[in-house]
Amino acid sequence: MISPLILIVTATLTASVAGLPLLISPVRGERTSCGIMLAASLLGITGALQALLSVGSERWLISWGLPFGPAEIGIDPLSAIFLILIFLVSACCSIYARGYLPASENRDTAPKLSTFFGILTGSLAGIVIARHAVLFLMVWEIMAIACYLAITIESRKKEVREAGLLYLITAHFGTLALFVYFSKIHSLTGSFSFPESGTLSGSSEAAAAIFIAALIGFGLKAGIMPLHIWLPSAHANAPSHLSAMMSGVLIKMGIYGIIRTVSLFSSIPFWWGVTILLLGVISGVIGVIFAIAQHDIKRLLAYHSIENIGIILMGIGVCLMGVSNNIPALVVLGMAGALLHTLNHAIFKSLLFLGAGAIIHACGSREIDQMGGLIKKIPLTALFFLVGAVAICGLPPLNGFVSEWLIYIGLFKGMLDADTLNDPYFALAAPALALIGALAAACFVKVFGIAFLGSPRSDAAAEAHDTPLSMKLPMGILAGFCILIGLFPQGIAPLLQITAASIFPVAAGAALISESASLGVLSAVSALLMILIGVAALLYKNRLSKSPVKASETWGCGYLAPTARMQYTSSSFAAILNSLFSSLLRPHTKDPDINGYFPKNQSFRSHTPEALLEKVYLPLFDNANSRLSLFRKLQHGKLHLYILYIVVTLISLLAWSHFRMRG
Amino acid sequence: MNTFADQLLVLVFLLNFMVLGTSRINIAIRVVAVQGVALGLIPSILHDFSWHLFLISAGMIAAKGVIIPTLLTKAVRSIGINREEEPYLGYVPTMLIGAVATALAFIFAEQLPLAPQHKELLFVPAAIATLLTGCLLLITRKKAISQVTGYLILENGIFIFGLLLADSMPVMVEAGALLDLLVGIFVMGIIINQISQEFSSIDTSRLTSLKE
Repeated sequence: MISPLILIVTATLTASVAGLPLLISPVRGERTSCGIMLAASLLGITGALQALLSVGSERWLISWGLPFGPAEIGIDPLSAIFLILIFLVSACCSIYARGYLPASENRDTAPKLSTFFGILTGSLAGIVIARHAVLFLMVWEIMAIACYLAITIESRKKEVREAGLLYLITAHFGTLALFVYFSKIHSLTGSFSFPESGTLSGSSEAAAAIFIAALIGFGLKAGIMPLHIWLPSAHANAPSHLSAMMSGVLIKMGIYGIIRTVSLFSSIPFWWGVTILLLGVISGVIGVIFAIAQHDIKRLLAYHSIENIGIILMGIGVCLMGVSNNIPALVVLGMAGALLHTLNHAIFKSLLFLGAGAIIHACGSREIDQMGGLIKKIPLTALFFLVGAVAICGLPPLNGFVSEWLIYIGLFKGMLDADTLNDPYFALAAPALALIGALAAACFVKVFGIAFLGSPRSDAAAEAHDTPLSMKLPMGILAGFCILIGLFPQGIAPLLQITAASIFPVAAGAALISESASLGVLSAVSALLMILIGVAALLYKNRLSKSPVKASETWGCGYLAPTARMQYTSSSFAAILNSLFSSLLRPHTKDPDINGYFPKNQSFRSHTPEALLEKVYLPLFDNANSRLSLFRKLQHGKLHLYILYIVVTLISLLAWSHFRMRG
Repeated sequence: MNTFADQLLVLVFLLNFMVLGTSRINIAIRVVAVQGVALGLIPSILHDFSWHLFLISAGMIAAKGVIIPTLLTKAVRSIGINREEEPYLGYVPTMLIGAVATALAFIFAEQLPLAPQHKELLFVPAAIATLLTGCLLLITRKKAISQVTGYLILENGIFIFGLLLADSMPVMVEAGALLDLLVGIFVMGIIINQISQEFSSIDTSRLTSLKE
């Protein structure tokens, strides 16, 4: 039997070069590129499953001649879970790209994009198998830069360039924090290799510094509030399948980093769990509130990514609080919930982004208020989008419910457990999770209702064209996984149990997840619900076929010339929620000024920007910029004086070390 | 054989002054080429024969004695400029500063906690003096092509320091340094052409208009 690591390394390298055929021959290479990517994904998923089922961890030393000790790569259940989602989503996205951005029509962008996409996939897989700080930082940077180049593929547009720049700045700021992180680990262990899990003590000051550096470095990638500022604009401006990849996989690297970090420690201070749980609640609630206020379908989905990162963090928080109080049930339920939600979010969020791409492909706009009635034009896409929407709201019988269910059970167990009875955090977090679910449902009622139902609000939406098969197929696959995991959660539960136990040995003593979370009952109820939905749909269809359907104009409140634009818009639907949270959202609105019996033409406009970026970060940096303007004189553009700076520094350092030696 | 190596190093010192003192770019390029060849010979003289050292020597002579000078001469011919006019600091003052720097290099090298077998040799002062000469050229010259020669001399200084470690230096580091240099010169060559097209001169002081 071939070692799983060989399969995974082969898959990683293959995926990295998948875009090359397209680069060489823009039209004929398209099929080959996609084929290579699929082969790499198949190999990678096989290897990951093999590693997960054989429950071993494996490490390889690679001598590379660099002065940091030999590089190490390895695989364990945690890496395997992330590899599965990397390869699954990238395979779906590369099929999708053929319909969304066909090379025959996009000769300049498609080859570049698929090249960077391949490199991105390879580097993502490299991150989860790297076990050496320098190697990790190298692939981490390759990922950041490949993603930047892919985001800015349509660099002619100003907002794309701005989004790319913001992404690049935050990505490098995160890397800076990771340098601190790894040098702290190095000072503890004396080696650049990752320590074995559970070998560091969590109670020292250095451990706290490592934890905080990890939260900043990985949190910037994951988009934890308040470090999420790059996420909305980058997701909105990238090509749709890249948005799917970023939201589904790239931000999960932050989650991977945080889980990997906490796994290194043997004892976890209680405040770590509390911090992560609270960050999760903040990201979740505020993320979804911002999502409701958006009019741009991809920005909206991006804010939902922040929300779901929040839910994942809540799971991790529950797990860590379980570790520090030594309650195995909490550890297993929290970690299994977090990991399953990571996987689920990768599936349904990439499904939703691909669906959003299909909508944009059909009617040419990202504005929800330009859409309407699309269910009649692209029925299959609408169905898949609906599956994704139900899943992301955490409603049964789909997969989103299962992972949130595990986290709920974990929270309730924490509330009732004797050891943590006096901790208010569990009791505070459970209603927050419920609030997130309810707000998400409101948000997706808005998206689905405005975009797919009613009558078209613009000519483009009325003449929307059909989605090609290559775009429907990956959406279908992802929707299939949503239903599969929703109906048979028992199938994946043992894998999660193994992974949780491999991260925290405490978890080995816990009861089986299938029993403690009664997944059997859940599965039966879901199946029943599915059948009921099916029967109801059939009955409804039968009823429709008997009585004719009459399409009529939008009701204009008695106004004599109604138009379709008088339907509820996305902003009017969300107006109540927006006004409730307006102190937080800081929306820009331009209200009409209506007075007298015959007012002139008026218009209303509203826009919800990234409040934290505009109200906090930008003023802060502007202020710093103006205060530090004195130092800008040092940058005068005279090359030889720059070199003089270097020489003067060098000589003064030499002189300093000279006198120190003397003294 | 150490005396022969020392004589080569003395040659290196003299060549440093020659570059500092000349205004003709072609001569500067040739001087740097000769310096490169002289340095390329040293590792083979100093240590016992090994293929590793032979490769270092051959690579050094090929890169610095042949390839880079050819590239640079070509560039000079295509731009049609042969003299460094009006440098930021005149030739005599630069030579004087170079002399002071060389003297300081000797004094400083005395103070360094070196291994005893390196104490008597000229290597460390030569390395520091060559490094400073390179910096001096980079600071005082205006024409981009003279700055390239400065960069080459700077790299020669680093190479001399590396000679002390030549036996234990990994091939990868050596190859990396040479490759770096070659690519650097290549890029500079391209930039020089671009500058001369854009500004109709290769005067780097014009580049200030590029700053933000």
